[in-house]
Amino acid sequence: MELTLGPLAYHWTPERRADFYARIADEAPVSTVYLGEVICSKRAPFFEREIPRMIERLTRAGKRVVLSSLAEVMLKRERQATDGLMEIEEHEVEINNAAGLLARGGRAHRVGPFLNAYNEATIDWMAGQGATHVCLPAEMPRDAVAVAAQAAATLGVGVEVQVFGRAPLAVSARCYHARAHGRTKDNCKFICEDDPDGMPLSTGDGQPILRVNGIQTQSESYIELLQELSGMGALGITHARLMPQDVDMVAVAHVFDEVLGGRIDPDEGRARLSAICTGTSFSNGFWHGEAGYRHISRRADAA
Amino acid sequence: MNAPADFSQAGELVCPAGTPAALRTAVDAGADTVYCGFQDATNARNFPGLNFTLPELEASVAYAHARGAKVLLALNTYPPAGKFDLWRAAAANAARLQVDACIVADMGVARHIATEHPGLRLHLSVQAAASSPEAIRYYCQHFGVKRVVLPRILTIPEIRAIKQEIPCEIETFIFGNHGLMVEGRCSLTSWLTGESTNMDGVCSPAGKVTYEEDANGGLRSCLGGFTIDRFAPDETAGYPTICKGRYAAPHRPEGYYAFEEPVSLNLARLLPDLMGAGVHAFKIEGRQRSKSYVRKVVGAFRAAVDAVRAGATPDLADLVALTEGQKETQGAFQTKKWR
Repeated sequence: MELTLGPLAYHWTPERRADFYARIADEAPVSTVYLGEVICSKRAPFFEREIPRMIERLTRAGKRVVLSSLAEVMLKRERQATDGLMEIEEHEVEINNAAGLLARGGRAHRVGPFLNAYNEATIDWMAGQGATHVCLPAEMPRDAVAVAAQAAATLGVGVEVQVFGRAPLAVSARCYHARAHGRTKDNCKFICEDDPDGMPLSTGDGQPILRVNGIQTQSESYIELLQELSGMGALGITHARLMPQDVDMVAVAHVFDEVLGGRIDPDEGRARLSAICTGTSFSNGFWHGEAGYRHISRRADAA
Repeated sequence: MNAPADFSQAGELVCPAGTPAALRTAVDAGADTVYCGFQDATNARNFPGLNFTLPELEASVAYAHARGAKVLLALNTYPPAGKFDLWRAAAANAARLQVDACIVADMGVARHIATEHPGLRLHLSVQAAASSPEAIRYYCQHFGVKRVVLPRILTIPEIRAIKQEIPCEIETFIFGNHGLMVEGRCSLTSWLTGESTNMDGVCSPAGKVTYEEDANGGLRSCLGGFTIDRFAPDETAGYPTICKGRYAAPHRPEGYYAFEEPVSLNLARLLPDLMGAGVHAFKIEGRQRSKSYVRKVVGAFRAAVDAVRAGATPDLADLVALTEGQKETQGAFQTKKWR
């Protein structure tokens, strides 16, 4: 099983993005890096020009680069961006909206987590239409993942599961960052740039519960599947996805790599991860078929 | 199989039927079409006490067809791998009981029906979140979808533009609960309760709801133990739907409706414009609603649609009173400032 770095969900400054991916290229033990704006089409102009340079840097470092498409496609610029991306042949693309599927036709592509590949029938259909790799929805429990992964293996389709980072819980046509500041999506002034790890929302009791990232709603806690990692390969999962958060992602990748390689045990990995992600709690409930926010420890069927 | 039902008349009123009694009520009140689901995870309103057994659906189809009304079956959830047989069986039963169309979201389900039950008409559920001409065309091209239920995020000019570019009918919601998140892409309930909207057909399930009294006599509405909203003693406590809760952000410490106020969608005033934009069918949300609600809403919209068809101005005062908390919105349909 290989580690991947999923597409950055937040609106980081261009300088920060460039530094981030340069360091990932040089130091992170991930085989594949997904690039591109998945959440908000208004952000893309800020860093699009830098993408070829990032690709070059990552490729030179031996990483496979995949370009991810928008999750929500409604406006003309979103439709054009999606169509344009689907013309690309020199790199793999990961599609997150059915509009992308239409444009891609039967040509090879990856299926992103927003396309809802929940079951063997859907994966079979997608494989017949050119899908080579599927990232499953984060909320899928282990039992369903196992069946989906076996079906995918039969079809020669790669299977990816998110093992680190905030859970993507919802997207909307409305920008909640703009709304929080009394603005609308059209005059947002890119206020989301102020929250490189999302804007926290707490309940009326002061309990942190969710994060707002533009049109996206995420979990407060990070998904963390270290304990489950060693059993994933046997289920047929080929890739484990780390989602970029505002922490030392190189260090995060090393923790997962060492647990995956059996060099440290999951408990030690978790202790290290806690030190890297100060102040953030971890969850693995989705994997265990329970409320996503929960953290289930040491179950007999953990993996 | 009987001859396919006639869906050709524009201005079709598509009404909720959570129970056989509600179905008969909606048909009697003038529904052109009713939509319903089985008592399991195959539909997105898998709530206790709702939906149809096989004999109930069989009798209900007969009731509706005898009165010239059509029946749609919602098969609009996403089967988790390993459980696809439940959706397969539901599709077979839909075909056998001669429902007039199935409303689907999952590509595997759509392909299965298109292949195994080619006589069964397909509508694309709002749960598929097809919000561009390209996405809609994908489902038309591959699965023969005849109608798309549009997400509640588009303005009327945008709907008109989409209509020019797609080969199928458009259905839009006009009344009822106003969902804020992209349907079919929301795991909020799953995060807090372990029950999934996409896989289990539940949203903020009643079994996980509690109301707890504060020291000051106020009330907290909770889901899965999390406080979704707080109400002063003189306020009416609402249902704890996650996307309609009040939360605090760093610069909004007082708490605010981070996603949306608890308002209902009411597009009654926009009916003529929607028809002008090429909307073929109007959908009323509310399979979880009572018979009396269904009777009033369906009856009022029947009169409104008939008035619009006759070129008259519809009388809508009664509909406003039915809206949740007496507050209504035209959502995204009137202006893109909603976004």
